[in-house]
Amino acid sequence: MDIREIIARYQDKPGGLIEAYHAIQDEFNYLPQEAIREASLAFGISEAQAYGVATFYSYLSVEKRGKYIIRMCESAPCHVAGADELLKALEKTLGIEVGQTTPDGKFTLELAECVGQCQETPVITINSVPYTDMSPDKISAVLAQCT
Amino acid sequence: MAQEYRIVLANAGKIDPASLDDYLNAGGYKSLEKVRTMSAKELIDLVRSSKLRGRGGAGFNAGMKWGFVPETAPETYVVCNLDEGEPGTYKDRTIVEADPHLLLEGMAICAHAIRSKQGYIYCRGEYPFVVDHLNRAIEQAKQSGQLGDFNIEVRMGGGAYVCGEETALIESIEGHRGEPRFKPPFPGVAGLWGKPTVVNNVETFANLPAIVKNGSEWFASIGSPNYPGTKVFTLTGDVVNRRPFEVPTNTTIRELIFDLGGGIPNGKAFKAVQIGGTSGAFIPEHLLDTPLDFDSMRDAGITLGTGAVFVMDETRDMVDVVTRIAKFFEHESCGKCNPCREGTFRSYELMKKIKTGQATPSDVENLSTLSKVMTKACLCGLGQAAPTPILTTLEHFSDDYKRRLLAAIS
Ligand SMILES: Cc1cc2nc3c(=O)[nH]c(=O)nc-3n(C[C@H](O)[C@H](O)[C@H](O)COP(=O)(O)O)c2cc1C
Ligand code: SF4
Ligand code: FES
Repeated sequence: MDIREIIARYQDKPGGLIEAYHAIQDEFNYLPQEAIREASLAFGISEAQAYGVATFYSYLSVEKRGKYIIRMCESAPCHVAGADELLKALEKTLGIEVGQTTPDGKFTLELAECVGQCQETPVITINSVPYTDMSPDKISAVLAQCT
Repeated sequence: MAQEYRIVLANAGKIDPASLDDYLNAGGYKSLEKVRTMSAKELIDLVRSSKLRGRGGAGFNAGMKWGFVPETAPETYVVCNLDEGEPGTYKDRTIVEADPHLLLEGMAICAHAIRSKQGYIYCRGEYPFVVDHLNRAIEQAKQSGQLGDFNIEVRMGGGAYVCGEETALIESIEGHRGEPRFKPPFPGVAGLWGKPTVVNNVETFANLPAIVKNGSEWFASIGSPNYPGTKVFTLTGDVVNRRPFEVPTNTTIRELIFDLGGGIPNGKAFKAVQIGGTSGAFIPEHLLDTPLDFDSMRDAGITLGTGAVFVMDETRDMVDVVTRIAKFFEHESCGKCNPCREGTFRSYELMKKIKTGQATPSDVENLSTLSKVMTKACLCGLGQAAPTPILTTLEHFSDDYKRRLLAAIS
């Protein structure tokens, strides 16, 4: 679906800008420049304001990202459960550093704060699906599910 | 031996959360029917006298909060706070996943009290599956006419911790950056789109159907008299049973960790527990007999917060954990006010200095002074509570700090 069509679905909703951004991200995995421009027109705000909203929320990204967005929780409960080693292993397996996207455009690795699954730490999410009780030796099996 | 007591999790595991019929068969929506025969004032009095206090952190009497909404207001809103951003907390997800209609019924009860036609559930962005689950339940409730003319819409957050603060949350629903507003005016007078708005936590709403059904005296008689009822706690860290527990509020911290939680795994000793989320106090062994109610905790200089219970064993280094937490606040500060924007940045800087053994005693003194200033000078609860982990570990676990300072000298 095209960006303008998506925005049109939320244009009449009070406060619908963030909902529109979520819907665009569901489609593109990030907010392309065009999305900010179109949203500012549709919601009657300046481009700077539309950009200000987009960059306030860590879930929204104005940078191009991969097909699968891996977020690793680094909040205290996950931290003491070995998040640092897990992050190192993820970086090594993917061959990228946190904040980067693999050259084939498949994976983006990000840090996150608590994702609310702290019963089984440490935790990563891939496109918002949680994988709990993670450890370096489970990484390849989990990544193999991303096709 | 302490035991669980279930009010908000009474149906959990017993009914199919996807089935409205299951909820109805368990007596669901009967309380909403009952409040429709009551006046708004009668309902507010009932909730006020039950002494139900907010379960989202601030512990304010729910009925009293509803009473601030002007009776003549033509347009009002009911907002449910499902932002659940405090690290270590997963209670609201647990409640909603197990029993979504309980939340909807609770919100509709509140709507009757403040004559509202529109409700919003602000669900954190990390829970898109909960958004789907809630939308399904809302559709069922609408189709079968349970909610009458009250509408509920789910809005998804964007992964900003500060949006759990009620005025930031309102800004976010309005489609803006989630920066807290100056208070007053409070949301009860001017909230969403400037209209009177009640913001309550999921667990607060989820208690309402049982209170309406069983009466305020019943509720007021459970747990601690000043903060009656139950509280859902989520256990994390170095504890055997890492799961949610709903307990009466006169249960002590020790009972929760050692009786229900099963104690510390691998034969290790207890060192500290942080209660209430990442902005909570670090609690040493000698305070473990404090009951888990708002006032007892506050009197002991600690906080109840959201219900996160993060247990640490003897091998954990408080400086390491608190440095990590300082990074959290530096990242999550919204930047609107100077004491927090600068303060969280400097706190993190100083904690890193201490952690890497480069700090002098005067750095620790500065950190302590800065922390105290922040608790007073920051605009919202984020900046005011951010120093709590630093101040309480300096107080109760100063050896962990001193060790690092010695390393700097030698
Ligand atoms: C930084 C910050 C984060 C907060 N996060 C939450 C949250 O995730 N959930 C919540 O219910 N309340 C949160 N609160 C408290 C809310 O501002 C508000 O007091 C609460 O939603 C009111 O509901 P209650 O009276 O039912 O507790 C937060 C407060 C602050 C200052
Ligand atoms: S205290 Fe922090 S989070 Fe709150 S308004 Fe100030 S800068 Fe923003
Ligand atoms: S602390 Fe990592 S999921 Fe909650």
